[in-house]
Amino acid sequence: MAMDAARADTVTARAGGTRSDIPGRPGRRGGRASNSSRGRVGARRRTDGLWPWLFTGPLLVGVGVFYIWPILQTLWFSFTKWGAFGGASFTGISNYAAMFADPEFYRSLLNTAIYTLIVLLGVPIAVVLAWLLETPGLRFTQFYRVLFFLPYIAMPAAIALVWRIIFNGDFGVLNWAMSLVGIDGPYWIATPGFALLAVSIVGLWSSLGFSMIILGAGLKAIPRELYDAARVDGASRWRQFRSVTVPMLSPSIFFVLVVTTIGSFQLFDLLYALLGSSNPVLPQSMSVVFYFYSSGFVQNDKGLAAAVAMVIFVLIGLITLAQFRMQRRWVHQ
Amino acid sequence: MRKFILAAGVALAAAALVAGCSSTGAGAGSPSGTAPSGSSSSSGASIPSQGSSADGGSSTTDTGPAGSSESESPSSNTSSQAPPAADPSLKATLTYAVWDQNQVAAIKANLKGFNKAYPNVTVNVDVTPWGTYWTKLQTEASSGTLPDLFWMNGPNFQLYASNGKIEPITSQVSSGAIDPANYPQALDAMYSLDGVQYGVPKDFDTVAVWVNKALFAKAGVALPKPDWTWEDFQRTGKELSQKLKADGAYGAAAGMDGQTTYYDTIFQAGGQVISPDGKTSGYDSPEAKAGIQFWTDLMSSGASPTMAQLTETGADQWFLSGKLAMYQGGDWFRAALIGSKIEKDVTVVPLPKGKVQATVIHGVANVVAAGSKNKQAAQALQAYLASQPAQQQQGDMGAVIPAFNGTQQGFVKSMPSADLQVFLDELAYAKPLPISKNTAAWNALEAKLLPDAFSGAKPVADVLGQLAGEMNQALAKE
Repeated sequence: MAMDAARADTVTARAGGTRSDIPGRPGRRGGRASNSSRGRVGARRRTDGLWPWLFTGPLLVGVGVFYIWPILQTLWFSFTKWGAFGGASFTGISNYAAMFADPEFYRSLLNTAIYTLIVLLGVPIAVVLAWLLETPGLRFTQFYRVLFFLPYIAMPAAIALVWRIIFNGDFGVLNWAMSLVGIDGPYWIATPGFALLAVSIVGLWSSLGFSMIILGAGLKAIPRELYDAARVDGASRWRQFRSVTVPMLSPSIFFVLVVTTIGSFQLFDLLYALLGSSNPVLPQSMSVVFYFYSSGFVQNDKGLAAAVAMVIFVLIGLITLAQFRMQRRWVHQ
Repeated sequence: MRKFILAAGVALAAAALVAGCSSTGAGAGSPSGTAPSGSSSSSGASIPSQGSSADGGSSTTDTGPAGSSESESPSSNTSSQAPPAADPSLKATLTYAVWDQNQVAAIKANLKGFNKAYPNVTVNVDVTPWGTYWTKLQTEASSGTLPDLFWMNGPNFQLYASNGKIEPITSQVSSGAIDPANYPQALDAMYSLDGVQYGVPKDFDTVAVWVNKALFAKAGVALPKPDWTWEDFQRTGKELSQKLKADGAYGAAAGMDGQTTYYDTIFQAGGQVISPDGKTSGYDSPEAKAGIQFWTDLMSSGASPTMAQLTETGADQWFLSGKLAMYQGGDWFRAALIGSKIEKDVTVVPLPKGKVQATVIHGVANVVAAGSKNKQAAQALQAYLASQPAQQQQGDMGAVIPAFNGTQQGFVKSMPSADLQVFLDELAYAKPLPISKNTAAWNALEAKLLPDAFSGAKPVADVLGQLAGEMNQALAKE
């Protein structure tokens, strides 16, 4: 939660103005552009001495102990085989070999990708909804905002419990509603294919609130004058949305895309709680993190689980890197 | 700058995923084996059963007032096994780890009796909810910080015994403090490995058929007789489903869970799930095929809801909502029934007979950590909790069937309208829950493969061939 808050801060700060105009310190971009001599940079470093490290020390120690060290450990574990009570022995790449030979691993990757794509569909929806909420003169804005944000702060297990009842094939309200228009609904969480779709729908629904808060903050930062100018030029409200709102909002949209992708790749609790641990469609519907869980904590193969975790780690890194590359093409700087 | 912050966020998020999962495990639920009392239900959120109801990791000491004083145990029948000789000088502080908050009151009452004999031993009862109990225990075992005395179940027992994490009860048996003959033989066998017994049974569970008499009356079908057979069960189920169709109710429900359904029928067919030495799978035998086919037939005849229906709404929920006439389940289901709308309509009949009569029995045992620093005191407590007065008190106060022979009447009286005596009578032909050193590995295979056999999506023989093959591979790795 604290992490999210930090992210939100970043975004609001960014939306509030350009970062490089902090007084008294040359921004990174400025430093690069000024083409300063290496000597000067070196001198600066010497004069700063220990102080920057002292200030960042507490954080760095935390990051080192709780993030960097576990990552390195996980990397090491992924090359070992574990006894039930510890005692790892080095087995080379056998965990990776076993993982890449398992069709269920690929299935879980594919499922994760499908889930992520469906949940990402929520981003454009969130843009439109956030924009609608910014409609001048709209009443009860705060109420709507709370309404959309509630699913984000609710426990995934609680959400899943409620949706499990909604999706129930025999007694659920969804199939009842569908029967009113003559559609015979499926057993949502017990039919291969539909189960993943059901999870994705809930995932999309519960991610809307967070995206809308970020995008709403971004919207507020768009100068009124731009809209005024557009109106003077005779732009319709739709045209304003396309030509002013979306380009000016692109940094926030980008941020939401990155965060949503990372979040979607970590799909576990929602799937676990919605489908249940003994659901027969799990092999066809599991996510890659569920695959990790099942190898590490159901089959007690901690080495294999570490290997899966490393793959997830690298994949998320690669996808994020790709997103940053593409960002240059379309994000408004 | 912006890029750095974002990238750091990304790295942190990814790292948190790895670190969070690798250190603590995902705390939601435990797929590792069968809960002795409760968590065998196939649906995530159904019955408020004992096994999963403990809330919070509270820690209580015996010095507080005991929850109830209703039954200071009758010490009439202690001749068969007296509480161990007291050594009042023994001084120690023990930790006793359990997972069921509902039983803490009875445990405290037990500890009061224990402290009469050992006034200088303080016992902290450490309650960890079922969902995280085994993860925590495994971590403690890895780091050598196991509680002095703790609850053990069948599926996990061999893992701890074979790795030397728990202490045999050999010395207490030879000193006469514990006599295994006082407990169901199947449970002594379950907590023995290579001829050495490690755990003392605390309670037990058997499986029978819960029957909704009102639905039988509505359908005009005669109640099953105690000596009924597989054919009777299938026919009754089908007939009920046909006659209750208008109500959307069913006669019987097929299995998603070994302990309460297909393990029982495999035993009834004369087969076995795993060889007695725990080395080979029993699924590729004709008897096992008959035991699985039983449930496939039940589903294809329309007697049972379909696999998809049972996945979304567990059999226990069907029964509790008055939409299922016969539910094959454990005695722990009683806890969900008491206070429900159908409580007065319910009774119990024994499992139908196949080639032989059989039911699965499972129970929790108390075990002492091999590395306990207060082993003498821990073993004294283990022996006391195994004694007749302690278990009588457990049975009279708690929600369990105590394991000590002859202390179970409190359980039978707890729901007079149903014939709970059936669960006790079944002891005569009870078979221990199938386990091995890494039970969870092949439990996962069963859960993955068998549904296709039940639903008829794949031929039973094919599924069982694959299951036996993969299970043998898993067993070879143990």
